[in-house]
Amino acid sequence: MSAASIIFYIIAAFILGTGLLAVTTRKIFRASIWLLFSLIGIASLYFWMQLEFLAAVQIIVYVGGIVVLIIFSIFLTIKSGEEMPKPILKRNIFAILAALSGLAYTARQISLYQFKTPENPAAFELKVGDIGRQMLSTTDHGYLLPFELISMLLLAAMIGCIVIALKQKEPVNNLQS
Amino acid sequence: MTGIPLTHILFLSTALFFIGAYGLFTRRNMITMLMSVELMLNSVNINFVAFNKYLYPDKLGGVFFSIFIITIAAAEAAVAIAIIINLYRSHHSIDIEDASEMKY
Repeated sequence: MSAASIIFYIIAAFILGTGLLAVTTRKIFRASIWLLFSLIGIASLYFWMQLEFLAAVQIIVYVGGIVVLIIFSIFLTIKSGEEMPKPILKRNIFAILAALSGLAYTARQISLYQFKTPENPAAFELKVGDIGRQMLSTTDHGYLLPFELISMLLLAAMIGCIVIALKQKEPVNNLQS
Repeated sequence: MTGIPLTHILFLSTALFFIGAYGLFTRRNMITMLMSVELMLNSVNINFVAFNKYLYPDKLGGVFFSIFIITIAAAEAAVAIAIIINLYRSHHSIDIEDASEMKY
């Protein structure tokens, strides 16, 4: 077993352990911190796969953006020191059963399927210049249209957030007149 | 790098996906449910990148899909948190059992 595969199993155990803690711990602030560690573990998995750009995007957007947003909303909405109530036993059992059966079925399908290996598996390398060029090209394998759609979606989502979370000082029908 | 087969990475992402699904089933708090959804989206990202790297190393489609999914996840989290904060203002609770009139 080489050092790279040992590192992979360490990263995998880290991701799964912190993810499991994030969904089972009963203090909500701790759950968000475990989620943070799990996302950092996924970023390190991208580093392990030599996708440095994607790892950087993962850290910037998830760790720096979404988790901070979640922590902010925790402080705005609930008392973070309180423990959440335990899940109902019946629901817990059925959730574990559903997750385990889905996991077993999918894992069996994966292990039975014969993935064909490419001719030169070591040739993959990710250059940031290639990403930028393909992102803005209109030829084959160009992603200009989804790029524009995503930018419109982001704009619409941000305006929608502001409108939803805006404090309404006066009734709505006064605003319309 | 070469020692790990593709299936082990797929096992990892499958396990992460069902951990997220378990959290989505058991949690009754909207913010923790949102965290579970983030875990599931991340496992899908791992799948896309692993398929791209192992099966189609001459293309970049999986990486682009991952970037787009990360962007959409950011927008989704922002909208969801805006809705949660608005709901907290009117109901003073973010438990989904207290928001059951939104069903109809």
